[in-house]
Amino acid sequence: MSGRADSGAPLLEVRDLVVHHGQLRALSGISLTVYPGEVYALIGANGAGKSTLLRTIAGLHHPTSGSIAYDGKDVTGLRPEKRATAGIVMVPEGRRLFPSLSLEENLKVGATYARKGPWNIAAVYELFPWMKDRRGQRTAQMSGGEQQSVAIGRALVANPRMLLLDELSLGLAPVIVQRIYAMLPQILASGITVLLVEQDVSQALRVATHLQCLLEGHTTLEGTPAEVNREQVEAAYFGVSDGSHALWPGLTPLSRACSPEAFTRCSRAACP
Amino acid sequence: MFGVMKVVNLAHGDLAVVAGYIGVGVIAVTHMPVLWSIPVVVAAMAIVGYILQRSVIQSALSRGELTTLIVTFGLSIIIENGLQQFFTANSRGLGVGDTFITDSFLIGSQIIIPYLNLAIFIIAVVVLLGLQQYLSFSRYGRLIRAVADDREAAQLSGADYRHVFGIAAAIAFGTVAIAGMFQGMITTISPTLGTDTILLFAFASVVIGGLGSLWGTLLGGVILGVAQAVGAQFNPSYETLAGYGVFLLVLVVRPQGLISQGATS
Repeated sequence: MSGRADSGAPLLEVRDLVVHHGQLRALSGISLTVYPGEVYALIGANGAGKSTLLRTIAGLHHPTSGSIAYDGKDVTGLRPEKRATAGIVMVPEGRRLFPSLSLEENLKVGATYARKGPWNIAAVYELFPWMKDRRGQRTAQMSGGEQQSVAIGRALVANPRMLLLDELSLGLAPVIVQRIYAMLPQILASGITVLLVEQDVSQALRVATHLQCLLEGHTTLEGTPAEVNREQVEAAYFGVSDGSHALWPGLTPLSRACSPEAFTRCSRAACP
Repeated sequence: MFGVMKVVNLAHGDLAVVAGYIGVGVIAVTHMPVLWSIPVVVAAMAIVGYILQRSVIQSALSRGELTTLIVTFGLSIIIENGLQQFFTANSRGLGVGDTFITDSFLIGSQIIIPYLNLAIFIIAVVVLLGLQQYLSFSRYGRLIRAVADDREAAQLSGADYRHVFGIAAAIAFGTVAIAGMFQGMITTISPTLGTDTILLFAFASVVIGGLGSLWGTLLGGVILGVAQAVGAQFNPSYETLAGYGVFLLVLVVRPQGLISQGATS
């Protein structure tokens, strides 16, 4: 872990974040620290709180308690649009393009309040060459993979420092997912730090420099992909643990291959 | 305002009347020609629109769409009573002067078209063209459409939707100001005209044309106007009846409006 701290001051620091959706406690004291240049992956099953965490960092949910610091400044109370102009830009789950706008208009909206930086619409067309010929098209007519690329482009033209990617692989064929993740190095090369949520664990392990596993609003595992093995990830993902929620708990390997029902039972037991 | 923020503004007609009265006031004080006073009134109403949106309407919106209905209804009552208090219940007109208002030309031997009405129609088309261009190509036009599509996604792109709503309201109020000034020129304005006449006809035009369609609304207005004129030919008391007859007919035959899914307004 000392290698991470060498890379300077953290870009994003989340402390003891608690978030409620009405009565439901979605996050129970999550902390994470993202250093510049990292690809930080949040993994976990459905309902673990990954997307809630990302949306709270983007400013779309208000935490009950806890704090979010970005670039050394507290942004916990900042409105989402202010965070975007400060450099925290999210590609939301489900793409969320503007359906009545053309591809280029979608990018132009993203560029309206852009920070200064290397990304502009021309640079996005260079990253995704197919877009240039179809810039006048409405995005509703495009395939899921194409829409996801437009959503990424819309975020890039804002010149983020901290890019939040929420479930890029959702509803896309594996080959398309591979293609979309293939442009990650170019994004990183332009100095952008990435925090991503991914349900596809193998995909997350492939691209991440650091990963954190959430389960029912708690952190169950944290480390670099090299530090964790498959059994630990599986246990953290499905909640088969001793219930301590400590990092590196004495996890039992999942060679028994629990059925989904057993996983649910296990995780209930783990999180009273 | 409906297309962008899902606000059904029940005070819309009253705002047209307010614009007319502002016109009366501006002309009384500055003695400028009526036509020159239009831009002044439009600018004043646009500012009123932005402020009203950012204060009263926005806080109503954040309490749910139905709340805006009640709030704009309340605004309507306040405006009408306020106008009666300050300007009395007497009708006022905006004299265009010269003979422009009274002159007309004939198409064939039956149809009389006053020059003023023709000028108003042309200006309405020009205003709509301008609005369409603005919404299509300007930075704020694009943002207005983006916010109408997905408010949260627009926030993630750095857009403060409350400001964008304010701009949209300024445009809506500026446009209704033009309507109010012309109302004062063609006939007269009185404090309760907004709800009694303008609002109902405006809603009928919008519904006939298709919700959220700029050109549909113009078409709806034309159809409503022609139906009324034709109805009045048979019997003056059929004027309003004929208009609503067409309105009902459209609701039965084509409830989505004549032009649906057009440019958003």
